[in-house]
Amino acid sequence: MKYQSQKVAYAYFLAAMALFGIQVLGGLLLGWIYVSPNTLSEVLPFNIVRMIHTNALIVWLLLGFFGAAYYLVPEESEREIFSVKLAYIQLAILVVGTLGAVGSYLVGIHGGREFLEQPLWVKFGILVAAVIFLVNVSLTFLAGRKTAITNILMMGLWLLCLLWVFAFINPDNLSLDKMYWWMVVHLWVEATWELVMAAILGFLMLKLTGVDREVIEKWLYVIVATALFSGILGTGHHFYWIGTPGYWQWIGSIFSTFEVVPFFAMMSFAFVMVWKGRKNHPNKAALLWSLGSSTVAFFGAGVWGFLHTLHGVNFYTHGTQITAAHGHLAFYGAYVALNLAMFTYAMPILRGRDPYNQVLNMAAFWLMTGGMAFMTFTLTFAGTIQTHMQRIVGDYFMDVQDQLGLFYLMRFGSGIAVVLGALLFIYSMLVVRREVVKPGPVAVPGE
Amino acid sequence: MSEFLTKSRARNVFYGGSIFFVVVFVALTAQSHRHIVDKATAGMPLTDEVVLGKHVWERNSCINCHTLHGEGAYFAPEVGNVMTRWGVLDDPEMAYEMLDSWMQAQPSGIEGRRQMPHFEITEEEMRGLAEFLRWADQTDTQNWPPNDAG
Repeated sequence: MKYQSQKVAYAYFLAAMALFGIQVLGGLLLGWIYVSPNTLSEVLPFNIVRMIHTNALIVWLLLGFFGAAYYLVPEESEREIFSVKLAYIQLAILVVGTLGAVGSYLVGIHGGREFLEQPLWVKFGILVAAVIFLVNVSLTFLAGRKTAITNILMMGLWLLCLLWVFAFINPDNLSLDKMYWWMVVHLWVEATWELVMAAILGFLMLKLTGVDREVIEKWLYVIVATALFSGILGTGHHFYWIGTPGYWQWIGSIFSTFEVVPFFAMMSFAFVMVWKGRKNHPNKAALLWSLGSSTVAFFGAGVWGFLHTLHGVNFYTHGTQITAAHGHLAFYGAYVALNLAMFTYAMPILRGRDPYNQVLNMAAFWLMTGGMAFMTFTLTFAGTIQTHMQRIVGDYFMDVQDQLGLFYLMRFGSGIAVVLGALLFIYSMLVVRREVVKPGPVAVPGE
Repeated sequence: MSEFLTKSRARNVFYGGSIFFVVVFVALTAQSHRHIVDKATAGMPLTDEVVLGKHVWERNSCINCHTLHGEGAYFAPEVGNVMTRWGVLDDPEMAYEMLDSWMQAQPSGIEGRRQMPHFEITEEEMRGLAEFLRWADQTDTQNWPPNDAG
């Protein structure tokens, strides 16, 4: 740790991991309700658990991004954070807001726009926290050395905070409501968050592979250009069937096809940098998570997104388990795994020790990634059958769902693997204090 | 590539291109806003009752089980076309009665069946909810969903 103020990232990562635990446990419960629908149905209905599952995910990813920014902005800008105190105040607001939101969901107080269910006071709290954050990192950024990594990171963070304004705009007209709702939802995960992802990935590549900064930064600009050029008009793939004009079917299909490009570029970038890099960095687990994140993001967001993005296909698959399959793998690959890569890289440094327990951490990677892949396959199969029975044949929703029990059972099984992986990850980060598996001697080069 | 594409060139393409696409997107969004108000949702007036229904829909977080125009959770049936499915799209009174009797019967308590919770909804709110669903059903959604099953 070069700068003392980077330490605030530690508190953000801890809060993020706690919410990560809540998120996956909520997911496991939801998976079980699919298998055994009477579970807690009167005390804790499906809709409440789902709000906790999705909201916890979004908030912990944001906490991870904020933490990552507090870690890498000082190092890139070559100075301490403007105000450590403000950073802790921001975290406190976010934690209080999150606990308040979860508490109010449990007693039935919530909004009804998907993912934006937070009570108004929590939304304002998030706004205040965002403003504090922007002031704090911007002043640090402006006073110090500017790099492409921080340029792109700052742009992503500013835009995502500004887009939060749409969380407050809820027109009475449902179709308008839906159109503006996507300005937060789509332009977060398929535009501005991609900038943050690219910046963090670029930082990790810089540190882990030792490739020349100039090379990395040029790649980064190309990647984020393809992300925004495709992602902004790619919003059109959400405007097919909500009352918006028919021309979005063509704009959405064409531009969202190109949304595969930035994810392919990020994957290629990560592998090429590792190939070119000469540095033998001791933190192999962070490297695994970085490569894994870009690879799974390519499949989850890129391939599975393209699978149902053309309007002729989406007409039949829209709002089926195909969407759920894509959503799970895309979020896991692009944002969960990337955050875990950053935690894996930064936590040992923040705690002032060697990167211990890499074997446990890497086992957690394969458990979680294997579980998520299996979950995606089962939901894709379920969605294919659902699309055929419901959208082509015309069978009723519940008659179709009754035929999908086996897939939901297998999905629950994969959920157990993911939860075990997540708990193992948190355990390997926080608890174990010595190397569990001793590394072998330095290998002789192969022939 | 390295000769032609310098870092500053890549950066300028990124900034310039992004601004271009933002401008196009904003223009199309403004046009879509007008299209929604003037054409797509003009089939039925947006009355106070419909707005009340939307608030009931939101307050009870229906979206976290159902889908509406295909968006939401995928745990319970699509309701963007539920009034068509029930055959009451043009009959406000029947629409209210069908919806009310359905919701009063929940939760069914049947073992192994997905359970819809019981919601405390007044008669006025229930009428609003029925009108909201009739209103949503009349939106021009480019003929989605493919059939009445939703």
